[in-house]
Formats: sequence, C-alpha cells, structure tokens
Amino acid sequence: MARFAVRRIANMIFVLFAISVLTFLIFYKIPGGDPVLRISGRTAEPAVREQVREDFGFNDPVYVQYARMMQKTLNGSLESYSNRVNVREELIRGIPATASLVIGAAIIWLFFGILFGVLSAVYAGRFPDRVITIVALIGISLPIFWVGALLLYYLTYKVSLFPAGGYVPLTEDPASWLSHLILPWFCLSILFIGFYSRLLRSNMLDVMNEDYVRTARAKGLSERRVLLGHVMRNALIPIVTLFGLDFGAAIGGGAILTESVFGLQGVGQYVAESIGSLDLPPILGTTLYAAFLIVLLSAIVDIVYARLDPRVRLTA
Amino acid sequence: MPDASAEYSIDPAQPAEEIGPQEVGTAGMGPWRLAMRRLRRNKVALAFLALFFVIVGACMAAPLYSKYVADIGPNKNNLTGKVERGGKQVDIVTPDGTPVGPGLSNRYLLGADANGRDVAVRLLYGGRNSLFIGFTAALITTLFAVSLGLMAGYSRGVPDTLIRSTFDILWSFPVLLFAIALGTALAIGGLNLGPIHIEGGSLWIPTLVIGLVYIPYLGRPVRGQVLALREREFVQAAEAQGMGTLRIMFGEILPNIASTILVFSTLIIANNILTEAALSFLGAGVQPPNPSWGTLIAQGVDRLVTAPHLAIVPGIAIVLTVLSLNVFGDGLRDALDPRAKLRLR
Repeated sequence: MARFAVRRIANMIFVLFAISVLTFLIFYKIPGGDPVLRISGRTAEPAVREQVREDFGFNDPVYVQYARMMQKTLNGSLESYSNRVNVREELIRGIPATASLVIGAAIIWLFFGILFGVLSAVYAGRFPDRVITIVALIGISLPIFWVGALLLYYLTYKVSLFPAGGYVPLTEDPASWLSHLILPWFCLSILFIGFYSRLLRSNMLDVMNEDYVRTARAKGLSERRVLLGHVMRNALIPIVTLFGLDFGAAIGGGAILTESVFGLQGVGQYVAESIGSLDLPPILGTTLYAAFLIVLLSAIVDIVYARLDPRVRLTA
Repeated sequence: MPDASAEYSIDPAQPAEEIGPQEVGTAGMGPWRLAMRRLRRNKVALAFLALFFVIVGACMAAPLYSKYVADIGPNKNNLTGKVERGGKQVDIVTPDGTPVGPGLSNRYLLGADANGRDVAVRLLYGGRNSLFIGFTAALITTLFAVSLGLMAGYSRGVPDTLIRSTFDILWSFPVLLFAIALGTALAIGGLNLGPIHIEGGSLWIPTLVIGLVYIPYLGRPVRGQVLALREREFVQAAEAQGMGTLRIMFGEILPNIASTILVFSTLIIANNILTEAALSFLGAGVQPPNPSWGTLIAQGVDRLVTAPHLAIVPGIAIVLTVLSLNVFGDGLRDALDPRAKLRLR
C-alpha cells in the first residue's frame, strides 16, 4: 500500500507537470494570443506595450515565463490577462454551481443507470430489455446542448415551467436552486444513464454465466440473494471505475456544454469563456484543477477496486 | 433472442468430436463467418445500417440536390426572393427578419435561414462535412491507437513506458476541454508543424483535434489486450519459428484484436459526429461559413424563438445518424463477441 501510494503520487505529479507544459505551450505559441494586447488594451501606444512587455517579463525565455506562471498558480496569485481577476477566486466562485450540477446529476444517472441496467439484464431479450435498449441507445445519440436548448425553449419560453437558466445558490433559496437545476440535471444525466445501463447489462450477463452463480443457485439461495449478493456485487465493479472517472471529469469542468447552455456560471463555463478569449492564466489554472481531480479520482478508483475485488493487487 | 443459446454451442474453440481433422475446412465455421451469420439475423441492426447508408448517400448527392431540386447553392443568400407556401407566394425572409419555415415545395423544403439560404441544401452540405470529420477522425484515432498500442504492448520496456505515459497524459485532460482548447488555438492560427501547413478555417483542424483526443480511449485497451496476447502459445510458436517482429504484431496478434477495433471504430464515428457538433457549438470546431451539423445547430439555437426549425432540423439529422451507427455498432458487438467490453464516451 505504501509503495503504491508513493508511486502513484509520483506518477500524478509527472502527469500534472506534463499537462501544465502542454497547455502552456499550446496557448503560448498561438498567434493572436499575445498577452500584452490583453493587458494594455488593443489601442495602447507602442511604447506602453513595450513597457508592459518588459514589466510582465514577456521578453524572458519561455521556460522562465513558464516557471513564473507555475509559481503563481501554486501560490494562488495567478491573475487573468484580460480582466486582472484572480483565477483561484474565480474558480472557487464557480465550484458551488458545478458541484450542485454534477453531484445531483450523478445521483440521478447512477440510480437510473443501475435500475435500467439491472432490469435489462434480468429480462434479457424480452420486452423490458428491448424498450430499455432503445431508450439507452437514443440517450447516447443525443447532442446534449441541442436537447438543453430545446428544453429551455419549450419549457421556459413556450410554457413557463422552469426559469430560463442561471444559478441560484442553495443557501439563498433552496426551492429556486432546485427549479434552476432540474433541466441541467436531466440533460447531463441522459448520456450517462445510457452508457451505464448498457455496461451494467453486459457485465451482469457475463457474471450470470459464472460458475459461482450456478453454485449459489444450486445451494438453494433465493433468486433475490443470488442477484444482489453474487451477480450485482461483481457486475458493479466496472461501474465504480467508470463512475469515478466520469465524476472527476465533470466536476473538474467537463460539463462545459450543460453549463454553457443553461448559463450556470460554473467551472466549465469559466473554462469555455477563458478559452474563447485565449486568456492563458485561467485556462492553465482550470485545466490543472480538472486534471488534478481526474488523476486523484482514478487513484481512488484503483484503491476502491482493490477493496471490492480481492483478486486485484495494487501495483502502480 | 430464443435461439441465442443454440448459437453459442457452435463454438469454434470447442473440440467437436464428429468433425474429423480432414473435414475442418468445410464443416467448421470460422469466427468471422459465425459473426456474419449472427449479424444477418439481427434485422434491427441491419435496418439501421441501411438508414445510415441512406443518410450518407443523401449527403453525397448534395450537389445534385442543390443544382436540380433546390436550385440554389449552400452559401447563396436570398433575402428578397419569394417561395410558394400553400399556393401563395411568401417572402423567404420577412422584412422583420423571420425566415420561412419548412413546407412542401422543391425550393426551401426545410425552410430558410436568416440570410435566405436553403436549409435543406445546407443540411446536406453540412452533413458531408460532419460525416467527413466523423470518418476521417475515426481513421486517425484507429491508425494511431492500434499501431501505438501494438508497439507498446508487444515490445514492453522503454517504448511501452513512453507510449503509456503519453496515453496517461492525454487521458487526464477532460476530453472535451482539451479538444476545445486545441480547436480554438488552431482555428485562429492554423497549424504549422514542420512541413504541414493547415489554414485556420480548414476542416482538417477539427478532424485532427477529434482524431487526436480519442487515441488513448482505444490505445489503452489495445495495449492491454496485446500485453495478454503476447504471452500466449501461438505467439511463442511464431517467435520460435523465427517470424519477424512486425509479422508477429500485424499477422498474429492484430487479427485477435480485430473485432475490438472494428466495433470501436463504428462507435467512435458516432461519437465523433457528436463531438464535432459540440466543438462547433462552442466555436472551436468547423468555422463559418463552412456548414456542418454542429455550426447549423449553433446558428439555429440563437434563433429558436423566431425560427425553431433552424436548430431542430440539423439536430434530428445528427440524432438519426448517430443512432443508426450506435444501433449497428451494438449489433456488431453482439455478433462479433458477446463478451466484448469497450469504454467509450
């Protein structure tokens, strides 16, 4: 376990370092990404620009600039080029909206994904399975931003069932918080429900053919106990892995489309807007934040995996 | 599927007593023929494959439709013209800027957009671009993922470490975020990489970006399978016979992972079409005035109130295309290997 932890942490640091370099280089190299224009404004005098260039150290070698930016990232003083807002504060401001969206949606998609997957496997080949299969396949074929936009149009503009986007903090008004989040939750979970139910169905069908399930039936366990204690326990393991990674990516700002369509002003929308204005510091900060969550959750997933399946040994 | 269990009993790996060694060629069916037989019985999958071909065919015929039916090019504005709707001539775009909706006529079958362009024509041309990106990006992903995965899994050692770390790094970016970042950066400046020069507005930018970001999603499972396969007896036998590394990799190991690759490639085309739409929606994909299903939706979403058909029509095109590929891919997976598992978003 200790060796696993050490190697895993070393690996995490390496991956995060590589990601920071990659992100920095992508946005450092692009034409039109010149930070001086963002700081001094497009109409500034050439002399002012040169002064800014010198003051901010944009004449230094690339690796010096990279090191300086990473130092600021780590001590939390990183600021946007275009509006001088602190990146960490902006990120923290976005977290409640993103967390509300992702945690709520995750509960929904896990519940329905597992429910549909189990029903589909238990009734494999019969009517419920066919219906669920069709629904799941349609679910994974929908462009979610399109669904979101249509839902907003029909359910808020045509029929005023829901508020027209935006985010209200839970602490401010719980009812309003809920009504603002129902459509985004639905949108974000559709895709995952489709994937999880398909995956769980095929896992369960695999496990049902295992010898230990036959043994369990042969020794007279009830169908319910066979299903819950033997089949589900094993079939859910891959779902745990998948869920860890999906959850990490979404809470790290991967729910860009849902957040943008519904104007939730979360981490994902912040990333999208920063990329749109080619503002390197927030892009770097948020990318690292997202990557950190993904790497962290995949390490947690491995530990949980080893707990759930004693055959698995932890080797990083 | 009542006959499914009977199907599995014809397992090529099972030693069948009644088949003598000299009869194997005729009586035993290879796994590919068995898969074909299972697939032919799956009428739903075949119907959706047919639907997919109809969509591809229609998009291929876009210039014909544009020339002989709609009589207007994909980027041709027509703000002052009239079109027949229910026996009356109506403005294609009304003076207050509302475009005409769908109606039964050769011209403007699916309505017009705010510039008076024919939505049906733009839909077909956009489909060509979306499908091109979907296919080509899938090809790029598959080529790179398979060769890198084979190389890493078979050679182990240093190449494996390098390739695996690269996969790990790409994997740790949220995939959409990475694609948007790359897409935006390249759409502005274009790509200048040694001898390769690509203009900023080119279709190749989103194609390459989408092709690149999904490489680890196939590369990692391929590497894993190759790692396991290379310890098997048939590989040792091939090595003992003095076969070259490349021949073992592509001639001995590759056929064993071909079904995984085939299923993944089908599903990744569907996924790529969705990714293209998402990138274009966020301005990081296909650049206007080039139409694609994603850009059409993006433009339509802004006008949902006055002209909902602008967003609904291309959205339905995407759903039908992606659904047809997903249903067929699902059937293909069942046919090839009822136990295959793939992780794909």
